Amino acid sequence: MSTQSPNPATPAAAAPAGATKSAFSFKDFVIKFGLLIILAVMIIVFWRLEPAFANARNMFSILQAVSVTALLALGVTVTLAIAGFDLSIGSTAAMSLMASSYVMVILNQGTFLAVVVCLLLGVFIGFLNGVLIVKGRIPDLLATLGMMFLLLGLQLIPTGGRSIAKGMTLSDGSAATGTFTDAFLALGRYRLFDLIPLPVIIMLVAAIILWVFMERSRYGRVLYAIGGNEKATRLAGAPVERYKIAAYMISGLFASIGGILLAARVGRGDVTSGSSLLLDSVAAALIGYAVLGAKKPNVFGTAIGALFVGTLLNGLTMLNAPYYAQDFVKGLVLVFALLFTFGFASSQRR
Amino acid sequence: MTEPGREVIRIRGLNKRFGSTHAVIDVDLDIRRGEVLALMGANGAGKSTLIKILCGVHPADSGTMEIDGEPMAFRSPLEACAAGIHTVHQIINDGVVQQLTVAENLALDEICRPEGPMLLSRTVITARAREIQAILGLDLPLGKAMSELGQAERQLVAIARALSHDPKVLILDEPTSSLSEAEAARLFALIEDLRARGVAIIYISHRMSDIRRLADRAVVMRDGRTRAEFARPLDFDGIVHAMVGHRVREGAHSAVAGGRTVVEIRDFALTPTSAPFDLDLCEGEVVVLTGLIGAGKTEFADCLFGTATPYAGSVTIDGKPLRPASPQEAIAGGVFMAHEDRGNSSLVSEFSVLHNMTLPFLRHFSKLSLVVPDQERRAATGQVSDLAIKCPSIDVPIGSLSGGNQQKVVLGRWLIQPCRLLILDEPFQGVDIGARQDIGRRLRETAAGRATLVICADLEEATEIADRIIVMRDFSVVGGHSVDGLSLDALVAEISGTGTHATFA
Repeated sequence: MSTQSPNPATPAAAAPAGATKSAFSFKDFVIKFGLLIILAVMIIVFWRLEPAFANARNMFSILQAVSVTALLALGVTVTLAIAGFDLSIGSTAAMSLMASSYVMVILNQGTFLAVVVCLLLGVFIGFLNGVLIVKGRIPDLLATLGMMFLLLGLQLIPTGGRSIAKGMTLSDGSAATGTFTDAFLALGRYRLFDLIPLPVIIMLVAAIILWVFMERSRYGRVLYAIGGNEKATRLAGAPVERYKIAAYMISGLFASIGGILLAARVGRGDVTSGSSLLLDSVAAALIGYAVLGAKKPNVFGTAIGALFVGTLLNGLTMLNAPYYAQDFVKGLVLVFALLFTFGFASSQRR
Repeated sequence: MTEPGREVIRIRGLNKRFGSTHAVIDVDLDIRRGEVLALMGANGAGKSTLIKILCGVHPADSGTMEIDGEPMAFRSPLEACAAGIHTVHQIINDGVVQQLTVAENLALDEICRPEGPMLLSRTVITARAREIQAILGLDLPLGKAMSELGQAERQLVAIARALSHDPKVLILDEPTSSLSEAEAARLFALIEDLRARGVAIIYISHRMSDIRRLADRAVVMRDGRTRAEFARPLDFDGIVHAMVGHRVREGAHSAVAGGRTVVEIRDFALTPTSAPFDLDLCEGEVVVLTGLIGAGKTEFADCLFGTATPYAGSVTIDGKPLRPASPQEAIAGGVFMAHEDRGNSSLVSEFSVLHNMTLPFLRHFSKLSLVVPDQERRAATGQVSDLAIKCPSIDVPIGSLSGGNQQKVVLGRWLIQPCRLLILDEPFQGVDIGARQDIGRRLRETAAGRATLVICADLEEATEIADRIIVMRDFSVVGGHSVDGLSLDALVAEISGTGTHATFA
């Protein structure tokens, strides 16, 4: 090795990250596009078996059904990026659902206040999670698990464990005077051009903003750096603690948006509405690891993951598959997606 | 039992490679009954690899190992234990189970034996634990949880457990690194007792005082080879010489006189007991801070970079006081630092060369918080060509580069922006000689306009890049020399603390 060696780096003609060898490899292809191909095949199969599956209205129903899951999954993607985890997203969404109902039905307040209260609550829960993890030094899984239980109980305290609905009897015997405002309900039910549901638009906008934030902004870069090597990132001068807390605040914010959309769709403060949100959205984010061979939490993958889960469930429902088969299939998909990401990828590295 | 002085282990022509690194090269080593053999060498000299081959963690690539005349090749640590070689590792907590009691820890091997009884009786465990500690004449609090014990007692438990198997060879890796003086004395007494019983002891330590007290023989490793062997009376200057560089070429370049003073360090004390010192670092000169491991070099740098707090003293940069509470503040104050152990403390392994390089300075390459790819890539490409970094593209993962090129990326990162003080902690670890020369050349080329402090224990490397070499010992600066007319003997004497030394201002 000499000091005058020519420098072979030619960044102008640089290949995309990871593609160091141009030789086509079937395995690389499968790792990169496998999940997208399965999604396409799935859509075609459902369409052949049940032509109604592929009409535009059903397609948008699928998107509407996944929008809440997707929002939560996007939030958890940020915590996964810093090598953390947020188990409290499901109950944060449920909390947001109950809080918006409470503000409108029992406190008789308007749409704006209901939404603002929910968003602030979501961000605050995320802040608490972050502080518990960063300052309290509680492992992320345990801190957010504790927060999950805490919120599950807390959201029921104001109403004594009952769901909130228009005209419900309050603890002092009088009837609730408030109601869900039309504007609030529209958040979950309005369809643009009588076709595209508003929640889908909100989810897509949120996904695009988060994608830019994670992939193009310097903040996203630092978040991924923390996930890769926290010590190195701190020694490179980043305020790691603040970034970590911010990641949980983003996660809380997205979960509370999801909760608002859910409340607007069901139109009542139903205590059981948010129960399956956590597992579905974590599954979506983890399936996202396998999209385009990213091998890491990523916004695009998470969105595809949510779509994947939603399509699968919708199709199975249309084919009259029993409800208990759905969880089984979801689990199966998740296990295979993780195998794509970790099993195949690691054997390829060696 | 056989006569003392007979060889227990005889190693011939041992080699071990990890990828492109030749970690152990043609090592011959004899270990005799009833002696304490000090195995010495700087970080990365090959000591740990040699030990790992001995205790069955890694298989050797070639070479032979005989135990009591029988050829052996261990495939697992269990086989090494069965052959009578027991190791107490540097990180004691790896060797004991915190949640269990002292008695359970002592009897752990009994408990874990697959053919042992299914149900454990407390009395049996306690009885076995008593037996074990009786061998050593110890009196440990058997009922206490391991986590309640001090470092020294944990160390003794780990050693007692190793000794319960009646080992032929006991390997102690840095056993005193976390012990107080009194605790170490207790350990030394135990080691002397073991030696008297004919156990062969391999003692790895950087502490000269330990070696002085215990060692019958010392073997020095450097760059994967055994470089020198010393018998009693041990020649400490010779040991240091063999460790830190006997190939030093004096006068490789002539010293550049420093310009304006950038960093003024006054009455600086790292610990309550260390001697305070003053130090000036000037623009344009490359200062190498040298000294043995444990001399306080990294601790000193940590104080300048905001990851540690000094006990006393003041630091100013361009006349302004510097008291960083975090790396973030240090960088804002004009102090950049590339840490030792690049894999753990500098690089993000999932990131590309580009992303690793620009990590601290993303703000400079961003508009409205969005990274502008062109600016970022231009800066990284510039460093790649200035440092002659060999990589197919700046987008390849950092892990695909060789150690030397990875280190160049770390240096390139901190050269992207100008700074007032650049600190490099052991920048040549795991770096091949070609890359080392590139790094040194670039470091000297860019030295104008900032003060440069390089921490480097190896004197060969130090003289290659330094204008001035300062020596640290016992957490204090004890001397300073220009590389012009450098007296190596005086330097070595200062490092090992055997010579008389003038105070340095």
